[in-house]
Amino acid sequence: MSGHERSLSQSLGQGQGLGLGLGQGLAERDLPELTGEEISRYSRHLLLSEVGLIGQRKLKAARVLVVGTGGLGAPLALYLAAAGVGKIGLVDFDFVEASNLQRQIIHSTRDIDRPKVASAQDRLKGLNPDIEIVTHNVKLSSKNAENIFSKYDLVADGTDNYPTRYLINDLCVFQKKANVYASIFQFEGQATVFGAPGGPCYRCLYPSPPPPGLVPSCGEGGVMGVLPGILGCVQAAEVIKLIVGGAEPLVKRLLIFDAWRMIFNELKIEKDPNCPVCGQNPTITEPIDYEEFCGLGEKIQDPAGPIFASELQERLDRGERIQVIDIREPHERTLYAFPGAKVVPFGQLVRRMDEFNPEADLVFICKIGQRSLFAIRALHRAGYPGRMLNLQDGLAAWAKLIGGPQLPY
Amino acid sequence: MSIALKIPTALRGFTDGLNQVELEGDTVGELLKKLIEKYPDLTTHLYDEEGLLRSFVNVFVDGTNVKSLEGQQTPVKEGQSIMLVPAIAGGNFG
Repeated sequence: MSGHERSLSQSLGQGQGLGLGLGQGLAERDLPELTGEEISRYSRHLLLSEVGLIGQRKLKAARVLVVGTGGLGAPLALYLAAAGVGKIGLVDFDFVEASNLQRQIIHSTRDIDRPKVASAQDRLKGLNPDIEIVTHNVKLSSKNAENIFSKYDLVADGTDNYPTRYLINDLCVFQKKANVYASIFQFEGQATVFGAPGGPCYRCLYPSPPPPGLVPSCGEGGVMGVLPGILGCVQAAEVIKLIVGGAEPLVKRLLIFDAWRMIFNELKIEKDPNCPVCGQNPTITEPIDYEEFCGLGEKIQDPAGPIFASELQERLDRGERIQVIDIREPHERTLYAFPGAKVVPFGQLVRRMDEFNPEADLVFICKIGQRSLFAIRALHRAGYPGRMLNLQDGLAAWAKLIGGPQLPY
Repeated sequence: MSIALKIPTALRGFTDGLNQVELEGDTVGELLKKLIEKYPDLTTHLYDEEGLLRSFVNVFVDGTNVKSLEGQQTPVKEGQSIMLVPAIAGGNFG
């Protein structure tokens, strides 16, 4: 680690001058000089008095960790690379799939099946060969995150799940790093900067996550492709502002964005003095087991076990007493229907459980067999007495088995 | 006097797809009670077994979290912007 990096890190670590300039504590001489090519490349930044030569040199000195190279991470990392952030770390363990390309614009069609971090690295290097890209092709966990985070000045959270979100939040508080956050669902997104001095952390706003299965994932509920594009760009703007300083960062303000109605709302959010992580008397001072915290510690058990597509077909052919319950939303059924299934959307299951026949075996179906498992668990908890089976791998497996058109979504 | 409560995308599956529901009430708590009377499927998602508002749902009145006001007792009146803002994650566990 060179001298200027260490001092920037220390300065950021102490949260100095957030909103005034994270690198403000640095003597100008500690910042790396720009080369002639860099001066040409960043001329539109240099023309802004708010950024200028010093701001651009701060960007060159900065080390930013981008967690997730998906919908949010794609535009975020692209803009950070374009802006000349000196070192960008990318964390992801996933591979590029065709269904990612509708929104994850850092990856290309030819990248399908490649590790996302490799694909993203190539793209960023192509965009800006002068910066350093470090790939972390791992699933972020309590074991590896501390070490990874310690190498960066600030973190941008582009993850898609609660365990990683709480892990990022807690570590940013422990290591006194800003956590530039965004989150999306269907047409709606949220963004803010957590972990800034005096500002709240994610736990101040949401002390605990929803129980698994309450809300369908984007893989099942869908997402408008441009939504993470917009929110990822908001994150990029905040990262750049925090590094350059002098701007008004999105601290203590939660931006809520509805792309379908094109409405931005700004909500005030405050630090919770009783927060277990960043409050006055913190009770959590090191990483915990986040899977367990988010209710994912126990393996989700299907009370009656799974049923495979082939077995379901055999039993239906034999005319056995089986009631197939389709818990998907109406628009999903128009894409692919299961003939003869009783339709009860997830949200109505518990209220309408009297409509089920406890004498028959109920087989719950959804797109990939995940929501249906949560449906069974919800009914089980509500005391439904009959036998419930989960169609393993959902209608995706069913469509494959019976041939004909594959599941189109 | 009816007050519009804004329903986020993540909970619209329980409100017949509506993004806004008109309700009667003088406090945030009363509005939420009316909301679950109208849409009982929401009950377990908004309240825990002890009847407390779940910790992944926040209510904002005119841009301020009711946690910083009077919680469920926060008074509301027509014309105010009242939003339910749950945690969202987007991914595989959400």
